[in-house]
Amino acid sequence: MTSSNVAQPAPKADPGAIPWNKHTRQQQKPGDLAVDIVIALLLVVILLAVIYPLWFIVVASLSNQGAVSSGRVTLWPVGFTLAGYQRVFQDARIWTGYGNTVLYAVLGTALNLVVTMPAAFALSRLEFKPRRVLLFLFTFTMYFAGGLIPNYLLYKQLGLLNSMWVFILPGALSVWNLIIARSFFETSIPEDLHDAARIDGLSYFGYFMKIVIPLSSAIIAVIGLYYFVGHWNDYFTGLIYIRQEAKEPLQNVLQSILLANQTNQMGTGNGGQNVLQQQQLADQIKYGVIIVSTLPLLIIYPFLQKYFNKGVMIGAVKG
Amino acid sequence: MRADKEAIERGSDAQVVDNDKVRKTWPLHKRLAWHFRQYWQLWLMALPALGFTLLFAYVPMYGIQLAFRDFVPAKGLTGGRWVGMQYFRQFFQSPLFASTMINTFKISLGTLVLGFVTPIILALLINQIGSQRIKGFAQTITYMPHFISTVVIVAMLNIFLTPNTGLIGRFLGKDNVLDSPGAVAPIYWISEVWQHCGWNAIIYLAALSSVDLSLYEAAKMDGAGRLQLIRYVDLPTIMPTCVVLLIMNMGSVLSVGFEKVWLMQNAMNLPGSEVISTYTFKIGIQSFQFSYGTAIGLFNTVINFVFLVAANWISKRVTDTSIF
Repeated sequence: MTSSNVAQPAPKADPGAIPWNKHTRQQQKPGDLAVDIVIALLLVVILLAVIYPLWFIVVASLSNQGAVSSGRVTLWPVGFTLAGYQRVFQDARIWTGYGNTVLYAVLGTALNLVVTMPAAFALSRLEFKPRRVLLFLFTFTMYFAGGLIPNYLLYKQLGLLNSMWVFILPGALSVWNLIIARSFFETSIPEDLHDAARIDGLSYFGYFMKIVIPLSSAIIAVIGLYYFVGHWNDYFTGLIYIRQEAKEPLQNVLQSILLANQTNQMGTGNGGQNVLQQQQLADQIKYGVIIVSTLPLLIIYPFLQKYFNKGVMIGAVKG
Repeated sequence: MRADKEAIERGSDAQVVDNDKVRKTWPLHKRLAWHFRQYWQLWLMALPALGFTLLFAYVPMYGIQLAFRDFVPAKGLTGGRWVGMQYFRQFFQSPLFASTMINTFKISLGTLVLGFVTPIILALLINQIGSQRIKGFAQTITYMPHFISTVVIVAMLNIFLTPNTGLIGRFLGKDNVLDSPGAVAPIYWISEVWQHCGWNAIIYLAALSSVDLSLYEAAKMDGAGRLQLIRYVDLPTIMPTCVVLLIMNMGSVLSVGFEKVWLMQNAMNLPGSEVISTYTFKIGIQSFQFSYGTAIGLFNTVINFVFLVAANWISKRVTDTSIF
């Protein structure tokens, strides 16, 4: 904060941000109203463009597919039905995929945090001189990598092919999250606490466990979520390293269900009643399976959303 | 007890400097012993991360030499006869080289440009919202698609673009646009922007929230209107962030997300959708040409790296901002 700013109390609302603020409206230049209206319109259009496709999938999953494909479904379900969801929940593959993904994501995220947080703490200690070299060693891997084939051969040698550990071990550390956590420790934990802890005879371990971790719930939540979402949405690993259906995660199961229903759809040009019904059911399953696989993330998301700005901003400070 | 002494020593700057100086005169083994006695716990905390990085990032880097060797299964990552640039020549001379390169550049450059510009615009717009509640609402909505998986995104593309019945497809004629090679890149760009624009705007919104409010007041005294405030206050505020992000993005100029292109690919659009990463996958994993696949992957990595370093160098000269 500059001294000029201290001299007078800061206005409550951001004066650069005006459209719906009566107090600042009087100070407007002529023409600002037009600009405001254009900005408001643009924002409305953008928000609709983002939300409507998602809303449509939800509505379509609950509608009669005949109404969906003839374009009669727009804002609310038409011919309400849960047939798609029934079929999805009867499908054993979905449950296997769900179980696998929950297992991989929970174990994976736990390991991620156990690996990332202590390392980030070590790298945040200014008196720890090797931190610069170590940090370079980590960040270099963000920009240079062995590539797909050397990875594949290594995993093969380590026995990770067709193993659940391929989802958990290779991605144990995301350097980006490491940097975010380190920046958080550097900027948000007062150094006085460390001095006090030293005087109380706490070692680095003690300081980290008893003082730093309890103060870091926000960053742990954000980074935990990043990792969890990464595991949940991972399709690549299953595609390349898993050849057994029983070990496939949700995204790969999802894709094979979608693909199966896609081919159904192609053979419906001649349109017999039975074929038409089958296609409608296939579409219904498609919508249902999309919702079912995405729902868990969209449910936890609002609870963690308040931390996002903080998490991303911290990462940006020194990223 | 030693902890106490350390804490007291750290209290006075002069003494810390003195201690450091004293230690500099020690022989190396004594200095190392002191260092590890002091910091073994920090080393232990960094060790798991270090171990995973060495094993899963640096060992594969060591395996890059496979690109210059004939792969022999029994000899693993490093065995086989040295063949030099043979596999690179094979790639450069392959009939698919030109189209794969063009597709990769087209898809990734468009994503780079749009993915860079749109979050800035969105952040400037959202920042204009006065009410904190509406602002929070707008942010919640625009972040949401970021959490959807690529599989679902591509499924949604398929649903919406289906000819005759799809939400968008019904306006686009009888043929499926997803089958047309020329449409792959634009569809990729637009869906990327749709999915990640809101999320990528966070960083700019965070920067904008730190604007010194007196700047707005001063600008208004000088007669600035709304657009001038954006142009002369908001934009300069986020400029350094923009530059850093642009440099970082340059490091991925040739890395198109494998998953999405792979999922969008079909026999019809292949001429427009074969990119380096999908080609590497087909060559290396699906047809077991490990050395050739490694070479293609390495070529990709090197180009990315060159772009990153070049962007960083230029930016250092021009704007005094750099990431290393």
